Amino acid sequence: MDIHFLTYKLSLAGGILLLSLLIAMYATLLERKVAGFFQDRLGPNRAGTFGLLQPVADGLKLFMKEEFMPANADKFLYILGPSLTMLVALLSSAVIPWGGNLNIGGVDYSLQMADINIGVLYTFAVVSIGVYGVMIGGWASNNKYALMGAVRAASQMISYELAMSMAIVTIVMTTGSLSVNDIVAQQHGFNWNIWTQPIGFLVFIVCAFAECNRTPFDLPECETELIGGYHTEYSSMKLGFYLFSEYINMFIASAMISSLYFGGYNFPFMDVLGVSPNWITIIGTAVLFIKIAFFMFVFMWIRWTLPRFRYDQLMRFGWKVLLPMAMVNLILTGFFKLLFK
Amino acid sequence: MNSILKYFKGLFIGIKSLLMGMSVTWKELWTKKVTQQYPENRKTLVISDRFRCELVMPHDDKNEHACTSCGICQTNCPNGTISITTKMIETEDGKKKKILDKYIWDLGMCTFCNLCVITCPSDAISFNKQFENAVFTRSKLIQTLNKEGSKLREKKKEVKTAEVKSEVATEPKAVKSVGILLGAIAEAKSAKTTETTPTKNTENKSTDNL
Repeated sequence: MDIHFLTYKLSLAGGILLLSLLIAMYATLLERKVAGFFQDRLGPNRAGTFGLLQPVADGLKLFMKEEFMPANADKFLYILGPSLTMLVALLSSAVIPWGGNLNIGGVDYSLQMADINIGVLYTFAVVSIGVYGVMIGGWASNNKYALMGAVRAASQMISYELAMSMAIVTIVMTTGSLSVNDIVAQQHGFNWNIWTQPIGFLVFIVCAFAECNRTPFDLPECETELIGGYHTEYSSMKLGFYLFSEYINMFIASAMISSLYFGGYNFPFMDVLGVSPNWITIIGTAVLFIKIAFFMFVFMWIRWTLPRFRYDQLMRFGWKVLLPMAMVNLILTGFFKLLFK
Repeated sequence: MNSILKYFKGLFIGIKSLLMGMSVTWKELWTKKVTQQYPENRKTLVISDRFRCELVMPHDDKNEHACTSCGICQTNCPNGTISITTKMIETEDGKKKKILDKYIWDLGMCTFCNLCVITCPSDAISFNKQFENAVFTRSKLIQTLNKEGSKLREKKKEVKTAEVKSEVATEPKAVKSVGILLGAIAEAKSAKTTETTPTKNTENKSTDNL
């Protein structure tokens, strides 16, 4: 491993880390702005132009807040909870291909951190660890509301992970690869997976909402009945970590939706544009981020459209609607795959 | 089979209602925002017509108001915000007449219920939209509404016809007030009217309305 390769990988990792943090930061602002506009308000606009400094002010405020720990809390687990959530949220960005290859000085530089051949599995393994952060945090707080939120988070994750995996399996069946890079590369041009897998996409996006604990699946937080759910007892930057990781998760989920179903960095007419491959890569990355931004907006749009599910509705929807749908989709995909082999 | 049908029906209804909801919120996203950025847009501030801030007694350019100091507003005020003091003067033709001395209104006690404005038979008072009423001492909230040296707006010269005319003019107002404030308030009003205004016509009028 030469020093050249090491610096390239390290700078890419640093860049992706900073970018996810920056995007999560401004996702909070976007959320508040969009929420405001949906409610006929203007949203935050006092800190900087269009409120651009609002996330900085929010972060600063969270750092300045008093660090409070409940008397009977388990000290180690109490700190482990938000740390784990944050770590896991950041980890999953490693396998997402942020663009094609950049050719600089005769050497190809891939814009993907690690092209591992089980990328899809890796992402979902890592994302499911995220629930441990919530579980541990809720348990360690020694508070009945926090525990209730944590239990709900766990059961919700288990219920929706199943249908989500089924949706993924269909994608894997059609592409024949578990590597995210391969899946994206196969959707060259306008040949996106959404055209062949609309039902799978529907299942996946619903499950992505549930995995991110976003409305209408925000039962683990559930301000109206559980105060703050699993982060009831958290304050200061530990709370900030929980809230922040939600936005990182949203970003990663949007990136996954774009990569798996909407062609990732591919865009229509990319072959007839007649520019150098490096430019194609750069435009592709920009297109990917536009897709991600759109899906993040959809996340917020749904949030201000649907009210929260009741717990039994959540369970019924997960097990009796989504899972059969994903299964039928799986069988149909297999059938057509055999038919048009 | 029936349950499968039900499943698909539910699914499609769910998707349809989600899309409908999303179209509603999408339209809402682009509507004009109602936020007033107050300190900046102080000049162009839009305040609702129904907003009630300060009780005022409009004076015309001859420094005349319409308050006959009948005291109906004072009677109707639920928490004694208004207090009217009157004085007797002698008119040119030797008649004694009661006129308004001071119309005192306490902003700190007012609940802005608008009962005084509704019941006023001569439209002498109204609420304005001047909402910046913060002061440092409570005594500044107590305001005298009639201006220094102001007097009652004179009716027309010929007394007999003028009375008839003024009654016609005030008729809708009285009907309105009775309509809005049924029962006790209206009774109090008629009682008060008979007390304060010495003409027999007014008495007849108010009983007619009741």
